[in-house]
Order: sequence, then structure tokens, then C-alpha cells
Amino acid sequence: MSTQPIKLGKQRKSLFKDKVMQLLPDGGNLNACLTCGACASGCPATGLAGMDPRKFLRMASMGLDEEILKTEWVWNCTLCWRCLYVCPMKIDIPQLVYHARKSWPRDERPKGIRASCDMALKHETCSAMGASEEDFRFVVEDVLEEARANQPGWENLEAPINKSGAMYFLNQNSREPVTEPDEMVPLWKILHTVGADWTYATKGWGAENYCMFLADDENWERIVRIKAKAVDDLGCKYWVNTE
Amino acid sequence: MRKTYGDAYAEDLRFVARRVVGEENFIDMTPNRSNNYCCGGGGGALQAGYTEGRRHFGKLKTDQILATGAAYCIAPCHNCHSQIHDLSEHFKGGWHTVHLWTLICLSLGCLGENERAYLGPDLAEVGL
Repeated sequence: MSTQPIKLGKQRKSLFKDKVMQLLPDGGNLNACLTCGACASGCPATGLAGMDPRKFLRMASMGLDEEILKTEWVWNCTLCWRCLYVCPMKIDIPQLVYHARKSWPRDERPKGIRASCDMALKHETCSAMGASEEDFRFVVEDVLEEARANQPGWENLEAPINKSGAMYFLNQNSREPVTEPDEMVPLWKILHTVGADWTYATKGWGAENYCMFLADDENWERIVRIKAKAVDDLGCKYWVNTE
Repeated sequence: MRKTYGDAYAEDLRFVARRVVGEENFIDMTPNRSNNYCCGGGGGALQAGYTEGRRHFGKLKTDQILATGAAYCIAPCHNCHSQIHDLSEHFKGGWHTVHLWTLICLSLGCLGENERAYLGPDLAEVGL
């Protein structure tokens, strides 16, 4: 952690924090800090990039907008909410971090997160690894056929796709169908054993949503709407997210 | 848990974990439930490119897992699985990181030969 004192210039008005406060219920309590440090002492990201949650909030309060809007710490923080959970004043530091992420020009946000978001926008599957509807169907059917043929007692195992009116709509993290498809089989066996009425879908099956992590609100919403429509179009009652 | 359904759901998952591994083999970490620490895989961290920072973040989780002395860590979430698996390798923690579905099927006696990528040698042949 940095031991250098932070030098304040002339009295500066905190524009960034004020802006975020207008967006949050009760202003996210962002002016209620007791400076106790419970947030920082239990934050795994404390010390990274010379920052911690308490310092981040205090700097925002002191109007050091330039510094907090350029620190890469907002990408070290995982928005896990532990700081908010332990805070006696319930200060919404994670929302402050999220809005700091959002203030970065989109093309300067971390390339890996941005690429995963952009990839998910290419197909209606919402797969961040770019798997298409055809890819998904092929892999699921191929793995199912192999399990039925090679595993005694599982000749009737099912992995329904686009089954209208199923009770549960199950999505799938792209990592399984793309890189380790055999890992899907245990899940199917559990669903089969309990007699669940479930289905995959060719549209909206990707469980992940990197546009949310990218703080790209427009595309975050777009992806959620594609997925929700896929659930509604099949008339499923529950949407089960495996992510 | 902390961000969505709360500790009641953490209890449900503990019920499942205890049933599949046996009460005597279940070891909780400290702190736990809503007081637990994030492993550091979420929020986009796995894709953000700050690898050194991500592992430094995960040191707290590494120490929690090592303090249990457990041979396996169950990670029901995908991001957590990737991160905790990486932490074990990077910090030479020696534990195995498993999905819950792997242990459920292992305990039901129906885990196939190709579905054991994350089991250690002690469990790799069990029930085949």
C-alpha cells in the first residue's frame, strides 16, 4: 500500500460522486462514511494498485475524480459486495466502482472482457466464446449419443433442446460445450435421476454475460433480453442459470 | 449468496455437500457464508488481464483453503472453479478443485470414465 500522503489542491467539488449519488437509492449512502476501515480490512483487493475500498471512497469524497477514474483498481475489484455487507452505514462502494468502470472509454476497458462481450453479441446464443446455434446443437447431440452408447444404464439419458413448455430452461457456461463437453454429462444425469422436465435452447443458452462486467449497460441489457425472450418463447416456467 | 438469495441458500448447498461427501469429510472454511471472501475470479477478473493482481487477490482464499487441510475444494460456480483451480496450481496448494455435479454423480455411483478430469488419484477409479 502507498505510504505517500495524498496532496489536495484547492477545494474541489466531487462531480463524479455527486453524479453517482443521483443514480442510487438514498445516494448509495456515499456521504455516510465513518472512516472505520471495516471495508478495507476485509477486502481481498486491498493494496492492489495502491488502493482499497475505504481509500477509493475517501478520494471520491475529496473530489479526486481524476485519480479514481483512472485507477486500474476498479478492474481488480470483483464487485463482490463484502465491503457493503460489513459496512455499518451500508455504503454502496461497489456501485461507485461500477460507475468508475463505466466512465472509462469503452475501447480502453480491459481487452479480454471487451472481446468476450463483443463475441456474445455476434450470435443469439449469447456465447462469449462465439459458439453458434449449430455448434451447440452438434456438441450436445454428439456427447449425448456417446454417453448413451458407452455408459450402461444410461441408454435413455436425455438432453432436450428447444423443448416447448418444459418446466426448466437450463443455460450453460460456454466453457463446457466448447472446451470440455464431457463435463455436461454429470449435470444431465442428475436432472434425469430426479425426473426434471428441462430443456436447453439453441438461442440464449450462453450463461455468461461479460457485457455486465464491462459496465456496458446497453449491451448487458440486450443480452439479458435475448435470453429472457428465449425462455418466454419456449414457455418455460423457471430459468436456471448454471453460471 | 451475499449478493442474491442470502445464507439460507448457503445452507441448502451445505446440505448437498455434506450428503455427498459424508458428514465426517465436510470441512467448512473460515470465515464462511456471507462473511466469506471472494475468490477473485468474478467481476470479469478472469478475462481482465491483470493476472498478477488476480492471484494476489486470491491469496486470501488460498490461505483459507489451506487452513482447512482439505484435499478437495468444491466450487459450484464456474468462475470460482477456474480461479480456485488456478490458485492451487500457482501457489502449489495441492488441493483438487471440483464441480458439485462431479461429486453428486460420484456419490450416486454414476460418474463416467470421461467425467473425472478434476478428481485426484485417490478418487479417480472409485465406482468405475
